[in-house]
Amino acid sequence: MALKLTFTHPLRSFDAAVALTVDAGTTMALVGPSGAGKTTVLRVVSGLLRPQHGVVSLDDRVWLDTAASVDSPPEHRSVGYLFQDYALFPHLDVLANVTFGARRDSPVHELLERFRISHLTRARVRDLSGGERQRVALARALAFQPRVLLLDEPLSALDSHTKASVRIELNELLRDLSLPTILVTHDFEDAAALADQVGVMVDGHILQTGTAADLVARPANPFVASFTGATLLEGTAARGVDGLTEVVLDAGGTAWSTDLGSGRVGLAVYPWEVSLSREIPSDSAVNHVRATVASVVALGNRTRVRVGPVVAEVTTASADRLGLRVGEVVVASFKATATRVLPL
Amino acid sequence: MLFLLLPIAAIFLHVPPADLVSALGTSAATDALIVTAETIAVSMLVIVLFGTPTAYWVAGRTSRSRDLVVTLIELPLVLPPAVAGIGLLVAFGRQGLLGGTFNALGVDIAFTKIAVIVAVTFVASPFYVRTAVSAFEGIDPALPAAARTLGAGPGRVFFRIAMPLASGGLGAGAALAFARGIGEFGATIMFAGSLQGVTQTLSLAIYEQFDIRFDVALAISAVLVLISATTLLSVKILTRWHSNSPSPILFAASTPPSR
Repeated sequence: MALKLTFTHPLRSFDAAVALTVDAGTTMALVGPSGAGKTTVLRVVSGLLRPQHGVVSLDDRVWLDTAASVDSPPEHRSVGYLFQDYALFPHLDVLANVTFGARRDSPVHELLERFRISHLTRARVRDLSGGERQRVALARALAFQPRVLLLDEPLSALDSHTKASVRIELNELLRDLSLPTILVTHDFEDAAALADQVGVMVDGHILQTGTAADLVARPANPFVASFTGATLLEGTAARGVDGLTEVVLDAGGTAWSTDLGSGRVGLAVYPWEVSLSREIPSDSAVNHVRATVASVVALGNRTRVRVGPVVAEVTTASADRLGLRVGEVVVASFKATATRVLPL
Repeated sequence: MLFLLLPIAAIFLHVPPADLVSALGTSAATDALIVTAETIAVSMLVIVLFGTPTAYWVAGRTSRSRDLVVTLIELPLVLPPAVAGIGLLVAFGRQGLLGGTFNALGVDIAFTKIAVIVAVTFVASPFYVRTAVSAFEGIDPALPAAARTLGAGPGRVFFRIAMPLASGGLGAGAALAFARGIGEFGATIMFAGSLQGVTQTLSLAIYEQFDIRFDVALAISAVLVLISATTLLSVKILTRWHSNSPSPILFAASTPPSR
């Protein structure tokens, strides 16, 4: 089974133009800032929005073909749609919500068990916690026995504590279901954790598609680099010694990269490639930025440190060892091989 | 406060309560009560039966045409009742626009019970439709959308999702239309006349008995005060119960009708 879609549709300030193929058992994440048109893709697939031009098909079933005036209404497509705020029916209890779209042979009881909501069947929706709501919404969508799964920001309504465990559960669920799945999120980490393929979407267009690792290793442009978490240093590139590219940074100083490039560029470096020290170290790193510490944020066993224009992510243990404090001068170092040169 | 409550209290205090009750036993009062009950019942049925799908349809529009339709629906709200009466007469009366058509069918509407129903429906339905439109528009659009993706066609979405979620607003709108309809005076007297036992409603009976037996007029007024108060209370309860549905905007402007 494969879900195929291509469409163009005018949005408020730009035209969305998207072409995607999602195979069975594959989860495709669309990531990007809000307003990029990610939800529009889900609305087109589900039939809630008829695009100006487009074709949507699942295998040999054509759901939409604007040129041939084919447009199945949403109720005749087989789509499990998890809405951003779950859209549970507030006037129905949990069981009535789950069975709303259930087919005669739907394993409703197994779903209630699987999602650990069997004890809540008679509960009102407004009495549920965020995590429970999400599980009810998933059970409701799956009771319909969909052949495509659409998830709109499935984790954004959850607090960070619930989020981590739900992410693991959702990952297992997507493996088990092996449906073509499109997941929309503004959080690259969620996308990386849940999806096989990630498409970075901006202003209605998918800039780059690949595995999360691909996008981090080879971002095609500065936006993808910064969206996937890299620090972007702007500057002017020229061929330097030893086949390295020399980038004269706008913020002052020079950095070296193994990537080729010239003219106006962004130099991308990921926080986990940056190490910190008190003095310039004698290891193989050729790029050093000596600057004051602007912020120190501990995230569990990792600590994010902003040093001048660069963000470093180091273990909390080593941050403690260095005794980092805001306002102190330290050296941030990274290798030439750890940088990407991206034309601006 | 006192200024607002004094006239209402005076209705009950002007003559002893026993006199009010016995005045209600007169034929003028009982006839008016029956005519009012019959006509308001049919009017409400027509209003809800046709008004609900109309409101749902209007709430589903998004373009400028929606604003135009809403304005047209609101027009009878701001129309002086006498103008409504004249309008109905020249539209449906014997000499009216459609009078010829009705004559050919052997139907004469003006000055019959049907005329009362038409007049009441005309002035009261906008209260229901306007409130129902806001009630439907107050529904989170993700809910009907979710129902569609779960295999529900438009009909099932209407009955299982839209109607239950809008029920508080629909009930409040019906109560407002009822209150307006029961107090209808101007359009009815012009279009239907004031024939005891045929077209004379409670409001019309007050006006007539005012000159004949003042205690009967008072007694009917007392009944209308009780009906209005009950309606007001039920609107309050309905809107409180369904706090997620929008409270009727027209509320302050419309209850109790006292013309």
